[in-house]
Amino acid sequence: MSAATERARPAPTCRRPRRRVDWGKLDWGKYWTWAVIAWLLAPIAFMVAFGFNDAQGRHNVTWQGFTLRWYADVFAYPDLTRALAASLAIAVLTMLIAGVLGGLLGLALGRFRFRGKALTDLVMFSAISAPEVVLGAGLLSMFLTMNIATGFWTILIAHVMFSVSFVAITVRARVLALDPALEEAARDLGASPWATFRLVTLPMLFPALMAGGLIAFVLSIDDYIITTFVSGNTTTFPLWIWGTTRVGTPPQVNVMGTLIFAVGVLLAVINAAVARRRG
Amino acid sequence: MAENLPPPTPAPAEAAPPAAGASRPAGRGRRALPYLLAAPAWLWLALFFLVPICSMLSISLMSGDLYQGYVLTWEFGNYADAVATYWRQLARSLAYGGCATLLCLAVGYPVAYWIAFRGGAYKNTYLLLLLLPMFVSFVLRTISWKALLADEGVVLGPLKDIGLLPEAAHVLNTAPAVVLGLAYNFLPFMVLPVYAVLERMDHRVVEAAQDLYAGRVRAFVSVVLPMSLPGVFAGVIMTFIPTSADYINAQVLGGAHNTMVGKIIESQYLVNNAYPMAAAITFVLMAVLLAGIFSYARALGTEQVMEVQAR
Repeated sequence: MSAATERARPAPTCRRPRRRVDWGKLDWGKYWTWAVIAWLLAPIAFMVAFGFNDAQGRHNVTWQGFTLRWYADVFAYPDLTRALAASLAIAVLTMLIAGVLGGLLGLALGRFRFRGKALTDLVMFSAISAPEVVLGAGLLSMFLTMNIATGFWTILIAHVMFSVSFVAITVRARVLALDPALEEAARDLGASPWATFRLVTLPMLFPALMAGGLIAFVLSIDDYIITTFVSGNTTTFPLWIWGTTRVGTPPQVNVMGTLIFAVGVLLAVINAAVARRRG
Repeated sequence: MAENLPPPTPAPAEAAPPAAGASRPAGRGRRALPYLLAAPAWLWLALFFLVPICSMLSISLMSGDLYQGYVLTWEFGNYADAVATYWRQLARSLAYGGCATLLCLAVGYPVAYWIAFRGGAYKNTYLLLLLLPMFVSFVLRTISWKALLADEGVVLGPLKDIGLLPEAAHVLNTAPAVVLGLAYNFLPFMVLPVYAVLERMDHRVVEAAQDLYAGRVRAFVSVVLPMSLPGVFAGVIMTFIPTSADYINAQVLGGAHNTMVGKIIESQYLVNNAYPMAAAITFVLMAVLLAGIFSYARALGTEQVMEVQAR
């Protein structure tokens, strides 16, 4: 250490005084955070960019020029279109069902004391943290035992099951943050319990319901592992993509991925912006 | 996501009908209300989460074959068979999951810390940027990694062309590729719980520590780090469980010799239809992982872990 500084000392005297970089003062956390964000976004950037790649062979791996033909030809594979439609239908239904069930459960957990509350927490916690393989294998075991054919409806059942707890937790956090004085004020002004709920509580819970519904939608449209266990002959978007990994994934998949990504981000930004504006 | 949303103004009072004497509803109806609210979700979770686990348990104790049918014979030998046959994949899954979790912690903690303490007005923007990959299907993200890291792909191709890497260099089909892929896919599960705890912390404690002549390192090690441990524990649980049970990364990025236990479960169920064996392996995996969670949850209190997740 000291030898190194000794050797370094004579040099600067003959050089122009230079702005010294104080390495301790640099905001390393910022660079690190941005590096991590870049790491996280690299495959996404790749996906978006290679949706515009003029790929000739079956493998869309090297850049061969810009084209819009995959966007023009996005529905070239009827199976892929059908898979995307199935995924969207399941995701929307999951959002609605899990939104209602999870919203009610979140309200119960946030507002009331009741027997079995700790048990409910435990079950939700287990359902969230259980590995997907276990959830999928369990559901398939039950469907096999009961001789239920797997397909669209079993996928929907599975998706609602794993996303309902996320909605409940999001809504509960919001219920706990509500000011009870507002509801008391409504009651003091003569509102019936139902009117209080409809006109005061529900509007205040709406952002959390939207956020929870968005989480359910994203979890549903994303899911591969559980879905593969309970899908039967139904193919969803992730399952179809998986099927193409051996033979080369067509660029249309990048296009659809990009569009879903764009819509998801747009919805998240709108939800955040609306929530901010209301305050 | 929800707690930073501001409360909207209450609805105008004149819209409410006058309901004299109805402000306190009858005791019994009010007591039943939470159960009625919780019932639908409970029913769904009981029917499609708890019952399936039980039916898997019963399948794991069956014997027979696909053509004759499987019969419940309390065949505990299935478990011994499962462990004896697949202990290697199980151990590999735990090792890869453990490495990925440590990597997530090492990469994610500084990020969570910086956003919580220095993010300023842009905290939510940074969080959104971290969550952006979640809007792209998990399978598609992993396949994109494979294409990025392909032998002649966008990253390795140019490096080979300018001679920085030997022609035979490859990243795919190695254990580090799997661990990196797992860490990539599950990093937000580590960052969010840690961030939640750090964000809630009173940031003046750091100033207090510095007033008491603690250096920056000392202030972090003896004040911030201990206070953030609940978040770290939650993050470790939320990362370790899915990474060690995942098999997509191993299959896409790791090739044939890096099979993880999830793949065994999937192919035993869906390809070989060896249900008792498959159910037994699943239970072994679940037992190993759940033992871990419950000892963590016991040490911390489930409520606290749940609360961390909720934020």
